[in-house]
Amino acid sequence: MTVLFPQAQPLAGFTGGLMIGVAAAIMLLGVGRIAGVSGMVARAAGLAGSGPGRGIAMAFIVGLPLGAFLTGLVTGGVEAHYPASAWTLIIAGLLVGYGVRLGSGCTSGHGVCGISRLSRRSMLATALFMGSGFATVALMRLGGLP
Amino acid sequence: MKRILVALVSGVIFGAGLAWSGMADPHRVRSFLDLFGDWDPTLGFVMIGAIIPMAFAWRVRQRMERPLADGSFDLPGATRIDARLAAGAVIFGIGWGIGGLCPGPGIAGLAIVPADAALFTSTMLAGMALHRYTSGPRWAKEKK
Repeated sequence: MTVLFPQAQPLAGFTGGLMIGVAAAIMLLGVGRIAGVSGMVARAAGLAGSGPGRGIAMAFIVGLPLGAFLTGLVTGGVEAHYPASAWTLIIAGLLVGYGVRLGSGCTSGHGVCGISRLSRRSMLATALFMGSGFATVALMRLGGLP
Repeated sequence: MKRILVALVSGVIFGAGLAWSGMADPHRVRSFLDLFGDWDPTLGFVMIGAIIPMAFAWRVRQRMERPLADGSFDLPGATRIDARLAAGAVIFGIGWGIGGLCPGPGIAGLAIVPADAALFTSTMLAGMALHRYTSGPRWAKEKK
């Protein structure tokens, strides 16, 4: 794997994935909710008509950067290379925000929680957003965009 | 109070998992989506790792009458596959491909690259608000 794809981090990816799955399981078995980040964000921001109690949503959302921060303390810093252009972030943010609400979920809600529940809806949504992500990057590459 | 604490713990572990797995790095996520470049399969390992505990959790859930720290389960029950689901997923995928960011890493990133993550997160909220105020009443009606 490391020979074929030198930049891949399969072990860190898998163990980090396990942590994400355990976190989602705590949410499901602890408070009976889906750990879907987009739904929680919308709920915490008052942009969703339904969903978990606002306190639950806010606590979960506050936990995300806290967990990333703590990981940085342990590992001596978390790598994150963001797109150089502010416009890239702005356009990406708008599309992601609108899309996840229209499609009722994102990578965590549909991808992790839905697929593991064998929800056909979530499997289709995940196939579509992955396909559209692959196509978008391919088209940007074709158009010479970074 | 117990519920809030459980949600906070879940969020912390979730955020730590994102950072540990490399998924808080938009470049790494985008490299997964870049089939014609230096493809990086890491995101696939993250998905597999995350789905395993959740697959168990769904089985455990079937034997539980109510969650450990709350009165009842409140889970999405929609099964219909419609244009809204498909269009939303495609639009999200375009944004994900452009920036390499989805909601979780965007928010976790506030602790790593605050200014950039805040710009992404705030425009993401604007996108959510746009959806809320352009399609709110219609969907509310359809739900009944």
